[in-house]
Parts: sequence; C-alpha cells; structure tokens
Amino acid sequence: MAVEEGLKIELGKQGVFVTTIEELYNWGRRSSVWPMQFGLACCAIEMIATTMARYDLARFGAEVFRPSPRQADLMIISGTVTKKMAPQVVRLYNQMAEPRYVIAMGACAISGGPFKQGYNVLKGIDRYIPVDVHIPGCPPRPEALLQAFITLQKKITGQPLTGEDRPRHLDAEAQGEFPVPHQGEHDLEPTANKGVWTVPVVIR
Amino acid sequence: MKTVEEIKAAIETAVPGASIEIVPNASPSGQLSLLLAPNHAVAVAEFLRDDAELALDFLSNATGIDWPDKEITEKVKVMRQVLKTVDGAEKMVEETVDETRKHVQPGYLEVVYHLFSIEKKHGPVVIRMRTTNRTDQVQLPSLTPVWRSAEFQEREIFDLFGIVFTGHPDLRRLLMWDGFKDHPMRRDYVEPDDFEYEPTAHDEVLARSKAHQAAGQEGAGVGL
Repeated sequence: MAVEEGLKIELGKQGVFVTTIEELYNWGRRSSVWPMQFGLACCAIEMIATTMARYDLARFGAEVFRPSPRQADLMIISGTVTKKMAPQVVRLYNQMAEPRYVIAMGACAISGGPFKQGYNVLKGIDRYIPVDVHIPGCPPRPEALLQAFITLQKKITGQPLTGEDRPRHLDAEAQGEFPVPHQGEHDLEPTANKGVWTVPVVIR
Repeated sequence: MKTVEEIKAAIETAVPGASIEIVPNASPSGQLSLLLAPNHAVAVAEFLRDDAELALDFLSNATGIDWPDKEITEKVKVMRQVLKTVDGAEKMVEETVDETRKHVQPGYLEVVYHLFSIEKKHGPVVIRMRTTNRTDQVQLPSLTPVWRSAEFQEREIFDLFGIVFTGHPDLRRLLMWDGFKDHPMRRDYVEPDDFEYEPTAHDEVLARSKAHQAAGQEGAGVGL
C-alpha cells in the first residue's frame, strides 16, 4: 500500500522514514545500473566521454563498466551494428543476467542511420532485442546519453513488482533467451525477430 | 620521375616477355596507367619495387572495378544483293545498305594498384590487371608477397568483387561473413528485399519500398 506523499514528508520531518519494498527495491536497482563495456563505432567515443570527469556518468551510479556480460545490467549499443556483428550482439545480450536493459545510441543503432541502404548494416538493433531507450543523433552528445540514462532510471522507478507490467526477471513466463540470427547466404535469417519487432505503421 | 612510357620501356627490357599496355585516360588529370598481363605481374611488380631508380616501395591503395558485359550497337555499311527493278526488268543488284549490328563486349573485373616511393618521394604509378571474364576465370596473381600492405585490400576486393588472388597468404572474406555468397560491389548485385519499413523514403528507396508492398510482402511503414 502506497503512502501518501504529503504524509511521508511530514513523517520524515519527525524522524520517521516510511517506504515500500517496491520503492526501496527499485531505488537500489536504478542507482547501480552497470553498463557493459563494449563499443561498436564512433558513438562509443561519446559514451567514453560521458563516463569521464566532464560529464561524469558516475553521478547516476553507472560508473562501473563491466567487461563481462554476466556482471552487466545495461547494454549501450553505441554505434553501427553490421550484419556480421549482429549475432554477437544478440548473443552478448542473451548472456546478460536479468534485470537487463538496452539503450540504442545514435542513428545507426536505432535505424541503420546513414548506412541504412547499405548491404552490410542492420536496420536497427531493435529488430532482434528489446530496446528500452532510443537516442537519435549522429553521434548523440554526452548530454543525450545522460538524458537517456535518466529516462531509463525513471522507467525502472515506475516498474511495479507485481501485476502485468512487472519486469521480466520477476515473470517466470517471460522470454529469457532471444534467438540469435543466422548468417545466411544473402542476408541474416530471419531478418527480424517477430516477437520483438513488428513493422511500425507510419500515420501522417 | 620517369614518364609512363619510360617505365613501360624499362619494364620491357628488365622483364623479358612482359607485355605492358598503357591505358589512356581522357579525364583532365590525364593520369596514365600500366596494364599488366597477369602471368608476368609478380615479376614486373618486383622490378618496380627493387629498381634503384623507381624504388616504388609503398603500395598505398588497391581497388577493384567491375566492368559488366556491354552491349554495343553500331551502324555498319554492308554490301548486299537487293532485288530491284531496273529498266522494267527485275534484277539482282549489289547495293550498300546501312545495318545496325549489336554485339556484346564481354565484361571483366579489374584491379588497380597505386604505388609510391617513400625513398625517392615520387609517385603515383598506377598499375592494373584484368581478369578474363566475370564468372569463372577471375584469378589474378596476388601482389601481397611483393607489397605486404596489399593483404587486407586484396581480401576486401576478393570479398566485394569476387576476384580470386592466387598466391595470397590468407584469402578469406574481410567484411562479410564466410557463408555469404554474393559480391556486393558488383554492378549486378541484388540486395535483399528488406524495404518493409522506410519512414523517410524518397526517390529510389520509395520506389523499392512500394515494389516491396506491391509484391504482397509484409510492411506498411512507408512514409509518403
């Protein structure tokens, strides 16, 4: 049962701290999102800049870049995903433990960007794995990555622990492993994971 | 530096049996290049590298070109027997007639190397090699044993154009995966039909995404 916001502040003034398990749990999760240490292209340079002293991603509890997918919570797809690299990216995502999140950073990661009509570039990583936050830009500035990070933290804060909208790791039925695309003779097979990505409808 | 003609003469005296052709260049740069016959190419390359005066010790760039089969239409005057009425009687008369003839000039794959000399500070010297055709006889000698910097570039050409370099130490695809069958930089490459979602489609992309939908394929995300 949620405590009224006004009452909570009033109680706080009297030295009584009231919270819920959900709030505490999500506070802990959102304050220690450890990204995976991997970069794909030029966006990775901006990602590195974001972690350094000037922009300081550590302010949001995400300074620890883990070199192993087993220890990481967040995958930042920082750059162009080529069709040669896509199976490895999906495989790395599969190796991450729940709860796990994905930020698709930059034009290439969200749509293929300037290389969209090329023969070798995937038209957005959201065709194979679920993406939580998309950032446009080529490359996005560090502020944009910080904004995406704050958006992700808000998303984590808003996740209820029970019910339909609960996060995947609390749902025994949820899909845990995502099929790794096979490198076929002419293209990746299948060209998209239909369970994750359906063709969006453009309304004008 | 020696002119292209002088280099050609120097090669022909140094490498017996080598046939060199000067490829004309109509562009404003007028940069001529040397077309090497594949069977003597390695010997010629070694000469270019080791010759004291040329000393072309640096291969800066190797690139491929695809020349597809070209249909040439030309008008020819032909002598032909024609039935004609001359002075009231029908006769066979020889006459010149214009005739359009079409013939297909077979295509080939070409590889171009740009050579410089770091020692002598001159260059570039451009050399070329051509395959016999585009389908089965696509072998060319690798120049990697002569200039090590050709290794990755020849692998890239092998990947994207399908030229097979004999004598290359490690000829694998470079950019695409091993099971990939096409050569994307060839003119007749057919890209996979993945035009189901094109939010900002225009021109060629718009036409292709419309064709994708017309073919009854899934996809509704075309911005018009």
